[in-house]
Amino acid sequence: MATRYLEIRQGVLSKNDQLAAGLRERFARAGLFVVNLVSSPGTGKTALLERLLAEMRAMGLHVAAVVGDLQTDNDARRLARSGAPVRQITTDGMCHLEADMLAGKLEGWDLDALDFLFIENVGNLVCPTWYDLGEDIRLVLLSVTEGEDKPLKYPVMFNSADVAVITKTDLTAACECNLDAMRANIRAVRPGMLIFETSAKTGAGLSELLAFLLAQRRAKYPTA
Amino acid sequence: MHELSIAASLVESVEQAARRAGAQRVARVFLRLGALSGVAKDALLFGYDVATAGTLLEGSRLVIEEVAVAVHCETCRRDVKLSSIQDFRCPVCGQPCAQIAAGRELEITGIEIEVADDASLQAESA
Repeated sequence: MATRYLEIRQGVLSKNDQLAAGLRERFARAGLFVVNLVSSPGTGKTALLERLLAEMRAMGLHVAAVVGDLQTDNDARRLARSGAPVRQITTDGMCHLEADMLAGKLEGWDLDALDFLFIENVGNLVCPTWYDLGEDIRLVLLSVTEGEDKPLKYPVMFNSADVAVITKTDLTAACECNLDAMRANIRAVRPGMLIFETSAKTGAGLSELLAFLLAQRRAKYPTA
Repeated sequence: MHELSIAASLVESVEQAARRAGAQRVARVFLRLGALSGVAKDALLFGYDVATAGTLLEGSRLVIEEVAVAVHCETCRRDVKLSSIQDFRCPVCGQPCAQIAAGRELEITGIEIEVADDASLQAESA
């Protein structure tokens, strides 16, 4: 028996990364802009998406959503009321979505006919961090009810995201949330991060977020 | 504990590479682990023992090289190590720095395998 050293240099999650890269190419060919929403449970991903899907459809855009949860299809049913095609991934206890789970849910959808795909990840600020889903933008949501220091507690997730959305701003005063401190903490772990402040209840801030997403899609697909 | 699923992915990748190389057993696995990878070293080591059971990696050792987070400071024009991952500012000049130079690693750098003597000769002559 002999011992040998074999150089590998490979990411531990290279299998997921390769699948995600394949999805990203597929999305790009279809002219589809993909947004991955991550947050704690109860931050308001579904409530925000309900508003975004409805408003985008009213503008004549073709949107769809895939929702991940450990159990139940409650969120998919809520989102489906917008009229958009929605599919649920029930992970049966798994705490995040992986690229192969998403790929499996896209079967039968005509991606060329879609403008935006929203992925509502499992509510969790830890595990979804590592799993690329082929998205164009990762939105991390944070509600005013969660405490200003959440970004400092979960710096890895906040650092991995592209854009932050503060939700439930209608409750800012009731929760005595200091928005300045919250913004400062987000930017302490991700300098220069773009931050939107929204309330799905009152609609505040939604038009700015919507305009941003549309501009991002136009920048990626100028001729679309 | 997500480290268990990370360990399972690690075992899968290593086992594939080891089989291709004709390994009979994997003795050591070398991993670079960034402070911004979000993976806890101790939990990963624990998950590793569980995930390697019944594989070519059973009984092997996971050797972890920890990598600190470094950012590129535009003002100082060099990469600097962060003192805390809660504070992305240059420790020298205080400038906020978003450009990460190191610290996200979750990478297998290599493995030490045991091969039959003739297989080892073939590999050397190849």
